[in-house]
Amino acid sequence: MSHRRFHDPSHHEPFAFTPASEDQIAWWERKYPTERKASAVIPALWVTQKQNAGWLSEPALRAVADRLGMTYIRVYEIATFYTMFNLEPVGKYHFQVCGTTPCQLRGADKLKDFCERKIGPKGHVSGGGKFSWVEVECLGACVNAPMIQINDYYYEDLSIETLEKIIDDFAAGKEPQPGTYVKRQRSAPEGPPTSLTDEALFDGSKAKPLSTIPNAPKPPEPAQT
Amino acid sequence: MLLDKDRIFTNLYGRHDFRLEAAKQRGAWNSTKELMQFGPEWICDQIKASGLRGRGGAGFPTGLKWTFMPKVVKDRPHYLVVNADESEPGTCKDRDIMRHDPHLLIEGCLIASFAMRANKCYIYLRGEYIRERECLEEAIAEAYKAGLVGKNACGSGFDFDIYCHHGAGAYICGEETALLESLEGKKGQPRLKPPFPAGAGLYGCPTTVNNVESIAVAPTILRRGAGWFAGFGRPNNTGTKVFCVSGHVERPCNIEEEMSIPLKTLIEEHCGGVRGGWGNLKAIIPGGSSVPMIPKDICDTVLMDFDALRDVKSGLGTAAVIVMDKSTDLIRAVARLAYFYKHESCGQCTPCREGTGWMWRVLERMVKGESETAEIDTLLDVASQVEGHTICALGDAAAWPIQGLIRHFRQEIEDRITNYRQGRPHVQGHTLAAE
Repeated sequence: MSHRRFHDPSHHEPFAFTPASEDQIAWWERKYPTERKASAVIPALWVTQKQNAGWLSEPALRAVADRLGMTYIRVYEIATFYTMFNLEPVGKYHFQVCGTTPCQLRGADKLKDFCERKIGPKGHVSGGGKFSWVEVECLGACVNAPMIQINDYYYEDLSIETLEKIIDDFAAGKEPQPGTYVKRQRSAPEGPPTSLTDEALFDGSKAKPLSTIPNAPKPPEPAQT
Repeated sequence: MLLDKDRIFTNLYGRHDFRLEAAKQRGAWNSTKELMQFGPEWICDQIKASGLRGRGGAGFPTGLKWTFMPKVVKDRPHYLVVNADESEPGTCKDRDIMRHDPHLLIEGCLIASFAMRANKCYIYLRGEYIRERECLEEAIAEAYKAGLVGKNACGSGFDFDIYCHHGAGAYICGEETALLESLEGKKGQPRLKPPFPAGAGLYGCPTTVNNVESIAVAPTILRRGAGWFAGFGRPNNTGTKVFCVSGHVERPCNIEEEMSIPLKTLIEEHCGGVRGGWGNLKAIIPGGSSVPMIPKDICDTVLMDFDALRDVKSGLGTAAVIVMDKSTDLIRAVARLAYFYKHESCGQCTPCREGTGWMWRVLERMVKGESETAEIDTLLDVASQVEGHTICALGDAAAWPIQGLIRHFRQEIEDRITNYRQGRPHVQGHTLAAE
């Protein structure tokens, strides 16, 4: 298991929800039964992390605990258990490099080395607060390996060259497009499609109401008179 | 080979719009009310007859699972929870369903919930899938607006609410009871079973947890008939399946194919073959990182289904095919998986918490060869002591890749140890070389 905790919470700044965060947390709370507000804790922490520049401080955790009527320790144990919650400040652009075997097979190690050279040691914020990177476990985009999650979105099918361009673009204040960086349609194979080329699938013929339902139960026999 | 007309996920690659109008054109939400008119039992019977087995890894018959729910709603409401916490290394199929065909999933949720008399459904997405969550939330909002879900869903008289929930990066939350704990706002640590979720699940109420793909195929099965779905694949392994092929192939991709397709055909037809040709293949992990790898000679002929892969001591799992060619350092690949399980162990059961770390450390030494031949047996012994001695299957999942490696490539580990020792005159404190 991963061991994560605050290193030195004594320097953490005070925290208060913005009205936008309040609204979002209230929106999440409405999804659960009224007496089960604790269910909203992960989404609420996520909203909080977004507001707090990508990481959670101790005062932020206390604010979430108060908001949801939970004890602080319950919220703390969730923030330390789930690895998407950062307990240390991160860069404005936080790179999560997938390093698990499917990505490793396709060159994730090179991306890690490159991040280390370009951004700095793992978990270290550089570029005047702009960049940080960590290695994470499988992000579930294995057919687009190797890939990196930068803040919210996935950057896929990367090479050193494309990654360098992405980092340079971010450094220059541009917002590079998420998605694949080779010529392919999302998770489809590169080159000519091997499936889903039949136009009849998309011409609306599938939308016609069914004339009969397959295996429909037979209507009951009319009662004998 | 599956024909286009028989594919369920016709927008798997997102070439078309995922929104309601376009999804309807592709056949989603077609005659949903009529499908619901024959009642829950009929739906369960159809799904049973189709032979659909759960697509999340364990392969439990879906229709049967649905019938485990109580037949009448008493004091506790019923819940359907959809497991979209797709984290198994190699697997990325549910992601495409959620971002490109979300309406099939929502319609499936309605039908499955109706079959289980559940008026509420939660879809638990993994936290990293932010784009996917945005698509799904948008699709859910559209469905509410169009009256397809909500009060009197589709005009069927059935009230149905559907909500999207997300996690925050814990693999273990893909285990159904850990997922329920997480959904209740706790650490994702699996529960002891029994009680099973169908008796006491989310908030202590009857709950069924299903994989995204199992739920999303249900409406199409009803529309086209159980016999149509059962016509693909071998008996007991029926239907179509989205395969994810990653690793050393020319063109990695997701592809919907029929079950029981030969592994070689799958790779050669859709992925451009193994990098450097089929002869360059070393081993394949056929069902996500948790199943043991199989060497090339088995890959030559094996069929991609539950039973065929079980017979070669592997498994279909989530049908995530990870291909490794001859350039792969298999020990290192498995060591990385061992690290994954060490990282993702929830820490609840001692054999898993301590065992996964121990196995990882030994494997890291074996990658370098800095080990002893006898340690291979010790590793195997520890793996078998972790396997089956934990609350959930993560312990098993951590043990199986290592067992697979040693079963088929023991020689490779031994060679590495020998080579490492040959290069060093000082072994065990003795000076062997003349000075």
